[in-house]
Amino acid sequence: MAEADIEQPHGHHMDPATEYSSSKLGMWLFLGTEILLFGGLFAAYAIFHARFPEMFYEQHLELNRTMGAINTCVLIFSSLTMAMGVSAIKLGRQKTAAILILITIICGLTFGVIKYFEYSAKFSHHIYPDTSIFFSLYFLMTGLHMIHVFIGLGILAVVFVLTLKGKFDAKYNTPIEMGGLYWHLVDLIWIYLFPLLYLIG
Amino acid sequence: MANHTIAHDVYVPFLEKKGFLSWILTTDHKRIGILYLVSTSLFFLAAGIIALLMRFELLTPASDFVDPHTYNVLFTLHGSIMVFFFIVPGLAASFGNFLIPLMIGARDVAFPKLNIASYWIYLLGTAILLVGLLKPADTGWTFYTPYSATTNTDVVLMTFGVFVLGFSSILTGLNFIVTTHKMRAPGMTWHRLPLFIWASYATSILQLLATPVVGITLLLLITERTLGVGFFDPAKGGDPILFQNFFWFYSHPAVYIMIIPAMGVISEIIPVFSRKPIFGYKAIAYSSLGIAFISFLVWAHHMFVSGISETAAMIFSFLTFLVAIPTAIKVFNWTATLYKGSIQLHSAMLYALGFIFLFTIGGLTGVFLGALAADVHLHDTYFVVAHMHYVMIGGTVMGFFGALHFWYPKWFGKMFNETVAKIAWFFVFVGFNVTFFPQFFLGVQGMPRRYASYPAEFESLMSLSTYGSWILGFGILVMVINLLSGLISGPKAPENPYNSLSLEWQIPSPPPHENFEEIPQVTDWTYGYGKKKELEV
Repeated sequence: MAEADIEQPHGHHMDPATEYSSSKLGMWLFLGTEILLFGGLFAAYAIFHARFPEMFYEQHLELNRTMGAINTCVLIFSSLTMAMGVSAIKLGRQKTAAILILITIICGLTFGVIKYFEYSAKFSHHIYPDTSIFFSLYFLMTGLHMIHVFIGLGILAVVFVLTLKGKFDAKYNTPIEMGGLYWHLVDLIWIYLFPLLYLIG
Repeated sequence: MANHTIAHDVYVPFLEKKGFLSWILTTDHKRIGILYLVSTSLFFLAAGIIALLMRFELLTPASDFVDPHTYNVLFTLHGSIMVFFFIVPGLAASFGNFLIPLMIGARDVAFPKLNIASYWIYLLGTAILLVGLLKPADTGWTFYTPYSATTNTDVVLMTFGVFVLGFSSILTGLNFIVTTHKMRAPGMTWHRLPLFIWASYATSILQLLATPVVGITLLLLITERTLGVGFFDPAKGGDPILFQNFFWFYSHPAVYIMIIPAMGVISEIIPVFSRKPIFGYKAIAYSSLGIAFISFLVWAHHMFVSGISETAAMIFSFLTFLVAIPTAIKVFNWTATLYKGSIQLHSAMLYALGFIFLFTIGGLTGVFLGALAADVHLHDTYFVVAHMHYVMIGGTVMGFFGALHFWYPKWFGKMFNETVAKIAWFFVFVGFNVTFFPQFFLGVQGMPRRYASYPAEFESLMSLSTYGSWILGFGILVMVINLLSGLISGPKAPENPYNSLSLEWQIPSPPPHENFEEIPQVTDWTYGYGKKKELEV
């Protein structure tokens, strides 16, 4: 017993309840830093929007509102399925949870595909990050968000495989919940990006 | 059952395991602390040698030892290495790692694997930045635009390195905050926490809140260079001042990331060697949080002459004065702790006293610089250089050396030569003052910073400063040799050489792998000195 402890010193240095609440606190703190990372871009947006309101209005008309709106719906829906997935595993329904996580992943991929078409439409109109301050902001904000979508998809993919393998149940499901929290952040940031970039009136 | 008991009685110090992998793959917070300690100390020595080279160039008015461009490269190297490799992670990550679990009565931090991952990320960041520095950069450590956006040095790699280092800093801070919240031993209430923990906690909050902003700022600078984004380029409608605003929004709080852990160290050393309870515990604890809070509201005092509005300048000047309040609260409480104490001048105590003296000078000259009218004259002169070094060396480095001497027996289980340590302290203290005190006068007389040559009228003060740097360098050399030879041939350290009441001193030196055989039950704060049978000591 004692020897096993020495060999795996940190395997169980916390009881499950502390481990769960620690992970949750850590994740929330991390999400806070992510918001602050985007905060710099939001600050830049506020400054330059105040400085060039006409430019922002005119150039935002180039963006495809329909695609943006569809993507918003897709992400909000994916947050719903993610939340349902977390509830499902808390009730011990592994299969349901796995399916819901899979749907979330498919939504994330759909978002990426639509965004790909949007970007290529911009490039074919010779609109690049250095075209103007507005498009710099557009590409940087959506681009940084896209990176977060991919990170989120990576996390969800791992969580999905582990769920399929039956690693999680009603008692232990912290990674699913943490992955879910991260995915909600990705969704939340997009909910701010969409009106700021697509719906300037 | 019998085996069980015996296995627990065998004491295996955490330093026992040997070999490269046992270090680089460790999840033991004490070993990770050593990894940070060794890495940051090596960078400190390297950047210190670069500083000696700069001072050597400044011995005579002409730029005869190195040419001006090389001088610019040298101060960029000195600043970048000192700030990003040494002083930000220095005390916070090395002593934070070692002390936080020990002081709160835990077996490790909350996320041990994340902890070692943070160290690897630190190494990765330093590697990237060093590769970037191979092409000699001369932007200074602040990477101000527009120069940094146009120079053909490897600004992209350098700033990306800093971005990665920021990640390490964020994850370490996150780990420490969760550890402080979740891992405290039973009975270790918030108001029983050692003040070093309060300081680390305040530091960690700063790391979490400020670092992402410099992260995005440096990413914007990278996109400025790679994608042609123009946020900082007036030709494209951008604004170079915006970079300064963003940069200092992190980098001013970062100054407190550097100093607050040192304040925590001083709060631990002073009561032990005064044999008195710390005076004003809550005031010291909450003033750390107060400094952390105000530090977010003062960034534009770096920009009084950069072209910000008069109203903004006045507000930021006023807010800057506010920082003096929580800082002074600490200094008053430390001196009140000393009052009528039975003071023992151990080398760690000498560094702590040096801290109070020098940091007070550094802090008060900061108020000069926060005053608008004075700053217009003093901005970018040697006065700023002197002020900053009084805070960073007189404050942080004194705290770092004090911590090294204070916890050395606990960490390594050996004793160093106390007499040599006191001699080294003397040279460090005198050398530091001879180096930097003349720079206040140079600044007031108008000598600008960052120049390789200077008018002949400054020669006496400039060469005095250079002689001082040799004394300081000698003192540090003696200190390093003394501490290293203690590791090799020093006598074994007792469990509690200073008769301290803090938890880390109640276990063997060096501590066993998981710190505590039984998680302690805490019933009191750790500063109850001078009450129980003290005379026996």
